[in-house]
Amino acid sequence: MSAAIVGIGATEFSKDSGRSELQLAAEAVRAALADAGLSPSDVDGLVTFAMDANAEIAVAREVGIPSLTFFSRIAYGGGAACATVQQAAMAVATGAAEVVVCYRALNERSGHRFGQVSVAAATAPTSSGVDNGWHYPMGLGTPAATVAMAARRYMHEFGATSADFGRVAVADRRHAATNPNAWFYGRPITLDDHQASRWIAEPLRLLDCCQESDGAVAIVVTSLERARDLAQRPAVVRAAAQGSGPDQYVMTSYYRDDLTGLPEMGVVGRQLWRQAGMGPSDVDVAVLYDHFTPYVLMQLEELGFCERGAAKDFIADGAIELGGRLPVNPHGGQLGEAYIHGMNGIAEAVRQVRGTAVNQVAGAAHVLVTAGTGVPTSGLILAPG
Amino acid sequence: MSRILEETDRLKALGWCGERVARDPVNQPMINNWVEAMGDTHPAYREGLAPPAMVQVWTMRGLHPAPQPDDPLHAMSAVLDEAGFTSVVATNCEQTYHRALKVGELLTVRSRLSDVVGPKKTSLGVGWFVTTESTWFSGEEPVATMLFRILKYQPRPQAAAASPITPVVSRDTAFFWEGTAAGQLRIQRCEACGRLRHPPGPMCPACGATSMGFVVSEGAGTVYSYVVHHHPPVPGKRLPFVVALVELPEGVRVLGEFLGESVEIGRPVRCTFVRVGGFHLPAWEAAA
Repeated sequence: MSAAIVGIGATEFSKDSGRSELQLAAEAVRAALADAGLSPSDVDGLVTFAMDANAEIAVAREVGIPSLTFFSRIAYGGGAACATVQQAAMAVATGAAEVVVCYRALNERSGHRFGQVSVAAATAPTSSGVDNGWHYPMGLGTPAATVAMAARRYMHEFGATSADFGRVAVADRRHAATNPNAWFYGRPITLDDHQASRWIAEPLRLLDCCQESDGAVAIVVTSLERARDLAQRPAVVRAAAQGSGPDQYVMTSYYRDDLTGLPEMGVVGRQLWRQAGMGPSDVDVAVLYDHFTPYVLMQLEELGFCERGAAKDFIADGAIELGGRLPVNPHGGQLGEAYIHGMNGIAEAVRQVRGTAVNQVAGAAHVLVTAGTGVPTSGLILAPG
Repeated sequence: MSRILEETDRLKALGWCGERVARDPVNQPMINNWVEAMGDTHPAYREGLAPPAMVQVWTMRGLHPAPQPDDPLHAMSAVLDEAGFTSVVATNCEQTYHRALKVGELLTVRSRLSDVVGPKKTSLGVGWFVTTESTWFSGEEPVATMLFRILKYQPRPQAAAASPITPVVSRDTAFFWEGTAAGQLRIQRCEACGRLRHPPGPMCPACGATSMGFVVSEGAGTVYSYVVHHHPPVPGKRLPFVVALVELPEGVRVLGEFLGESVEIGRPVRCTFVRVGGFHLPAWEAAA
C-alpha cells in the first residue's frame, strides 16, 4: 500500500446532536480536511457506509467539493468501517482519485436506534430480507440478541463467564474515563457494576452492549507521496482488508459447523498479517470493534493473539488495559467513547500513530483496527510514516 | 384537580347513602348455582345456609340497573370521568363476614365514600384511588362489611401495537412455509447430490445443482444455543422469551422460539408451530 491517512475530524459525541445527519457529516468532513491542511477543492473522492443516510453528492454539495471522480459505499453495517479506508487507498493507488474522504454520520440515539427491532430489515424484498425471515419473526431481532446466541455457545464450549465479558467493558470504561471526548468521560465501572447490570439478551447484560450515539467521523486518505507535504504526520496504511466467511449471514451465521469463532475476521486478519509482513506479536495497540463484549474475546482468538477459547485467560490480568501486554481501545471504544460505527476507532488509531492520543501508548509503531463483528468485516494496520 | 378534591369532601360529608334492598331474599336456587360455579361441596350449603362470600350477590343490581344517584362510587366515578380519568380497574376488595346467612333473610346494603387519593403515577397511567365502604344488614343487624377500592386513571397513550414480523418469502423458500402450514418441518434436499440444507437456497453449494426437493424432518432435536430476550420489546412477544437454535439429527440447525419452562444447551426438544400473521413459524417445546 502506498496510501496514508492524513486527516481526521469528528463532531462531538452525544445522545442528541440537535442537527441533521447531513450537517454532522459535513462538519466532520470539514474538520478532517482542516486537520489535513487541505481544502474542499482538493477532494475528488468520497466513501461511506451503505447504511449512511447521507449521499456522497449531498455531502459534496454542503462541503463545497466541486467534483468527484470516485464514490463508493460498503455494505454490512459496521463491517464497512475499515473498508472505507481500503476503498480510498485503492482509489488512490489506481489513480481513480487523489484525495478521498471517508465519512460516517448518524443520529443513532436521537434518531433511528439500531438497538431496536428493525422491521425494515426484516421485511426488505431482498436476499437479506429472506435471510432475516429465519430469525426476526421468531423473536431474534436485535443486534444484542443475535450476539447473545453465539456468546451462549462460546460460554458452553470454553467455560467463559459473564465476568469474562465484563472485563472488556471494565477496560473500555477505564480508558474512556480519561478521554474528555468520551461520553463516559470520568465514569469508570467496576466488574461488580457490570455484574449488577440488567439483562438485555441473556447472557448479555446492559454493560456488555455499546452505547447508542449521535455523531460523525471523517478520515482523509491520499497518497503517501502527497501525505509527506501535508500538515500532519501521516498514518501509513500498511494493510487493509475485507473478509467474509463460509455460510456467511449478517449477525446470524448460525449454520456453520462452529459458532464460537468469527471466520470472516480470520479472513481479514490473515490478509493484514501478510500485507504488513508482521504478526500479532508486532501489534502495539489494537482498536477492536466492541459493539458487544463477547466478540472482543473472539476477535483476540481469531486474529491470533491467543489460542481458541483462551481469550478469557489472556485478558484476566488486565492485558487489554493501558499498561497491559496489548492495550485495546485506548479511547474507550464504542462502549466508552461513542458508537460511530467503528469510524471513531480508526481516528483513535491515527492519533496513536501520530503520538497525539489522550491515552497515548508510548512508541505505538503498529496499530491494528477492526470493523464490525458478526458481519462481513474489514481491518487495517496503520503505522507512522 | 380542585373539583375532584371538592367533590371528594362533599361526598364524604354525605356519609352513608340510602339503603338498597336486595331483589330477592336469600334463596336456595341462587345458592345452588353459586356453589356449583365455585365447586364448593359443603353440605350445609344444600340445607338452607348461604356461603358468606355470596353476600355481594344478594344485592347485585341486575343486568339493567336503575340509576342510584346517591351511590358514592357512582357519583365519584362521574366526577373523575369528567376530569379525564376515564378508565377503571378494581385494586382491592376486603370483605368481613359477621355470620352466615339463612334462606329467607332479606338484605339491604348501604355505602359511603371513605377516601379519594391522587393523583398517583401508576404503570397504567396517572389516576386516583377511590375507596368505598359498604355494610350489609339483615333487618337492623349488620351481617357483613366490605372495603372496595378502584383506580380511576387516564390511560397512557399506547404506542400503536406493532404487528408481529412475518418472514419474507422467495421462490426458493416458499416450500418451507407451505410445509409449516401443513404441520411439516421441511428440510431442503438437493435432488442431484442429496445434500440437506437449512436455511434453503436456490443452488446447491456442494454440487451446483438447482433442482431442489425436501425431506420432512421428524422435528426432534437438541438445543445447540439459546437467548433469553429481556429488552427491548419485540413486536408480538411478551418479555422475557427464549429463542433456541436447535440441531436436528438431519445435520441442520433450525431457529425458533422455545415455549417451555427451562432451557439449556443439549436439552431434547420437539418442533411445534405457532401461528403468526398468517404464517406458521417453527417453535420448540421440551421433548417428553
